[in-house]
Amino acid sequence: MTTDIGALLRRHGLLLGFGVFLLGVALSADAFLSPGNILDVLRQVSITGVMAVGVTFVVITGRLDLSIGSMLTLLTVIVVDQHNSVGPLLAILITLGAGVLIGAVNGALVGLVGLNALIVTLAMLSFLQGLVLFYSGGSNVNVENAQTTWFAVFGRKSLLGIPVPVLIFLVTAIIGAFVLNRTVFGRQVFATGGNGTASRFSGIATPWVVFWSYVISGLTTAIAAIIMGSRVMGAQNTIGQGYELTVLAGVILGGTSLLGGAGSVWRTVLGITMLGFIQNGLLLLGFPYYVQWLVTWAVIIAAVWIDLGAKRGRILA
Amino acid sequence: MSTDPILTVSGITKTFPGVTALDNVSFDIRRGEVHALVGENGAGKSTLMKVLAGLHQPDGGQILHRGQPVSVQSPLEARQMGILLIHQELSLSPELSVAENIYLGAWPTNALGVLNKRKLRRDARAALEALGCGFGPDRRVGTLSVAMQQMVEIARSQAFSADVVIFDEPTASLTDTEKDQLFATIRELRGQGVGIVYISHKMDEIFELTDRITVLRDGTVQGTVTTADTDSTAITRMMIGRTLEAYFHKAEIAFGAETLRVEGLGLDGQFDDVSFAVRQGEVLGLYGLVGAGRSEMVETIFGVRRADRGRLIWQGREIPLPTPRQAIDLGMALVPESRKEQGLVLMMGGLDNTTLPHLSSYATATVMDRGREMQVFDRYRKALAIKTTGPDQPVSTLSGGNQQKFVLAKWLCADPRLIILDEPTRGIDVGSKSAIHELIAELAGRGLAVIVISSEMPEVLGVSHRILAMAEGRLVGEFEGDAMTEENLIDAVSHHLANPAAQ
Amino acid sequence: MSVRTVVRAKAPGAPTRWLMRNHIWVFLALTFAVFSLSSPYFLTMNNLGNVLTQAAFIGILAIGMTLVMINGEIDLSVGAVLALASALAIGLQDHIGVWPAVMVGFLSGAALGFLNGTLVALSGMHSFIVTLGGLIGIRGLVFIYTGEDALMVTDFSYTEYPEIYLGPVSLTAMIFFALALLFQWVLTSTRHGRETYAVGDNLQAAHDAGINIKRHKIINFTLCGALAAIAGILLSMRLGTAEPNAGKVWELWTIIAVVLGGTRLQGGYGSLWMTIGGVLTLAVLRNGLRLLNTPNYVELMVMGAVLILALAIDKLLSRHEVGR
Repeated sequence: MTTDIGALLRRHGLLLGFGVFLLGVALSADAFLSPGNILDVLRQVSITGVMAVGVTFVVITGRLDLSIGSMLTLLTVIVVDQHNSVGPLLAILITLGAGVLIGAVNGALVGLVGLNALIVTLAMLSFLQGLVLFYSGGSNVNVENAQTTWFAVFGRKSLLGIPVPVLIFLVTAIIGAFVLNRTVFGRQVFATGGNGTASRFSGIATPWVVFWSYVISGLTTAIAAIIMGSRVMGAQNTIGQGYELTVLAGVILGGTSLLGGAGSVWRTVLGITMLGFIQNGLLLLGFPYYVQWLVTWAVIIAAVWIDLGAKRGRILA
Repeated sequence: MSTDPILTVSGITKTFPGVTALDNVSFDIRRGEVHALVGENGAGKSTLMKVLAGLHQPDGGQILHRGQPVSVQSPLEARQMGILLIHQELSLSPELSVAENIYLGAWPTNALGVLNKRKLRRDARAALEALGCGFGPDRRVGTLSVAMQQMVEIARSQAFSADVVIFDEPTASLTDTEKDQLFATIRELRGQGVGIVYISHKMDEIFELTDRITVLRDGTVQGTVTTADTDSTAITRMMIGRTLEAYFHKAEIAFGAETLRVEGLGLDGQFDDVSFAVRQGEVLGLYGLVGAGRSEMVETIFGVRRADRGRLIWQGREIPLPTPRQAIDLGMALVPESRKEQGLVLMMGGLDNTTLPHLSSYATATVMDRGREMQVFDRYRKALAIKTTGPDQPVSTLSGGNQQKFVLAKWLCADPRLIILDEPTRGIDVGSKSAIHELIAELAGRGLAVIVISSEMPEVLGVSHRILAMAEGRLVGEFEGDAMTEENLIDAVSHHLANPAAQ
Repeated sequence: MSVRTVVRAKAPGAPTRWLMRNHIWVFLALTFAVFSLSSPYFLTMNNLGNVLTQAAFIGILAIGMTLVMINGEIDLSVGAVLALASALAIGLQDHIGVWPAVMVGFLSGAALGFLNGTLVALSGMHSFIVTLGGLIGIRGLVFIYTGEDALMVTDFSYTEYPEIYLGPVSLTAMIFFALALLFQWVLTSTRHGRETYAVGDNLQAAHDAGINIKRHKIINFTLCGALAAIAGILLSMRLGTAEPNAGKVWELWTIIAVVLGGTRLQGGYGSLWMTIGGVLTLAVLRNGLRLLNTPNYVELMVMGAVLILALAIDKLLSRHEVGR
């Protein structure tokens, strides 16, 4: 019986700890669990959340995507700048297209050519940041008719009392979870990450599965950029810097293994949301924003360690 | 040769979940003898070897080393005692030098941890010279040939004054000249009074080299005999221990039309000039030693590897060399050699693994239809008597036999026209083994063309209607009816140069 | 004609093998030649001295990264550790004196490295995750200590310590080279160094030979943290201030430099000679592009392109390698 409780604790210890945290903050800050604050948190995590849905696909294939931070910056600059030149609708289409294209470049280099994912996306991180400066000429861009454009709907408006970005996040997660769990492609993503060789022997074109996973990651980053552009109504040259880390932290916290083959969109959503609540709760308690980084560190280590402990056979080294 | 045992194994038992790998095994190794350990795949040789080398702990029994009872907890301990295992996969670091590899983990240093390279080099050179190696201690191991790398491992016996050296299939990837050199080295070790355990499938090597032979079958010792007093027939009989006719079922049906014809298939560096055909209802055996290119050849037919030349004629029509996807869609199935690496996604459940090659068949507009998947899963779980708790139990937690049945299920459920089975019974228990043999007969009876690759002589003789022998990347003989004998097969693969391919 | 002889016929000749291990020096020579021809300011003692000094900071980080990577791991936290050490060295000197403050900065790096290494070795977690956490959390520590604003030295003699030159070569650059040579010696001539390769190269073989894998990983992460702290202290001396955001994304530049040099992420392969080559190439590229007055985006784009190129070349060359 004690072992059952132990196993239960290991499996759900993270959620339990999170619950205790929520309770603790709620007791000391009344506003914390008010509907308004909860929606606020969800709105804040919607950008990283949307990106994390796409990155989950890449991570389940056993690869990484570090380029999404720079990609977010570039795509936000593009959507804002194009909004000024060709109008919102075309700007959105161009941005989605650009996201898919960048994802395809990542996917081609990692999936089709077979280069190391960490280094390729690291190189893309640098390359895309350069592209940002090239595109913007080093200056910030702003939406000119910020007060009147319907583009504002993606980042600033609400529908039935729920902020639109939260709805976008939710829809993206639902679609992502559906594709991953219910479709042929989703099954192939798990198989590729679980055992690439066996997948090839089963007739799965694993290079293309990796390729399309990166395309999805590019696409979700483009959606995030649209939300970002709409919320800020502008873009600085470093607007997406560091997002790759937050997103990866959320994915890892959700329990998706970096080794591939296991993970879920809903757990990623959970991981990202937990990070959001931790950040919000600490701010409400009066801590400066950077304290959340320290807590994130501790939470990631604890979460992954507990997770490993639950699955561990004997690990060498 | 003295009769003084240096290592005595008595009553060793080792069980894994579902399988008794070693059952009350006893034998001894004397100073200055080469002692062969033979048996079919799965007979327990490698488990026994791993017990001796400290990689597995026995469940019961005793090991006496120089008369003292010992318990070998790790490979390091084994090495310190003087028991050295030469792996099939070499345990070397390619980036380090020969000398560093010989003394891996035991380098001479001063108190500050600075290497004494002079001493290291000098000692290593002495070890190499004692064995007559033609390379120096400073070579980077990554630049050595496989045979030379093996010598580096053997040189550890000198460095650590090993008195027991265990060789696991050491000639699997050596040329004939290299093999002769290896044998000279082994005789040199024997001359030093080292007790040598020699594990091999190759009868000619065993009779050329060894002094005594211990035969294992199904985890038990069948007997230990003096090599000079026996012959390969007697040993084989001990290994098999049963009459083939009673054990295997062959469907006696008239063969149908040609399912697949292969012409002049070749892949550089692996195999060449492979031509054969297989008909409906026929079980075609493919016999050859490890490294003969059999797996590479069928993987090329199936499209996992890209052929450099050759033609495939499928059901009478020439087809372009397929990708695995195309091969599957045509109706080919390949049950690969390595269940865990090539056959299954271990963290997935049985259901996901079963439908993996045919996902589109279980999907409507790319959305998976779980109901249809469940149907096929249930059907094959019953048909193959697979023991699993449910569709989502990760196959990593199943026994080898049940895992193999899922590999079979995943290929059978699409109703293929040709099924290629690469070592289908390796490492699984006897019960599952005979179930798979029966299944092969049944499939042929239903009109499938079946290709069975096996390095187990009795298996290939027992299940096949016709046998191709393969050696060093070439087909070297074809046998049918009464010509399908052990002697003929061994003859073909060992004298392939004098007796070129029949086709 | 046996199968094996066919395979062996493909073994590389000596020139390919040399190129496989040393392609970074060809790269360096090429970039050097290009900038010498295209900018009159490049090939001057003064400028080359500058290049070396600029190279030194990433270079010192890269030494630790190389050790960790040969061991088969990665450390993403070096930039944050650098910032913390630099903040402590400046922030504490008014309270406990210059050299004790420097010492505390150094020890903080070693301690955080030890923590990373211990977590990796004990938990079996991927070092990418452990040090990603560290990268985020240690930056939090820096901000908690500095409180968002840059710390300034009050006694400016602190900034004069590294102002020692040997010809055009600054003390900082000399320290980089000295450390690189020291650790190259450690890698080639000590038990720890050689076993670092053994662990990264063939974990199972190292384990079977009784090599204490955990200890080597902990030592290398500790060294990596300590070296990052040294880079941070030198940076604080050079700038006279400690920015809370100092060293941000430097871990990426460091990985780029090391990989560019030829050390492999998979472990077991690499050297500090390669890393020196990678660091210098990176520095020459950045310096040369600036001298040519190219906008700064060119630098970022060239770096990305060069890195992918280096990876592709490595893949192409290693296809020929035997025995791997």
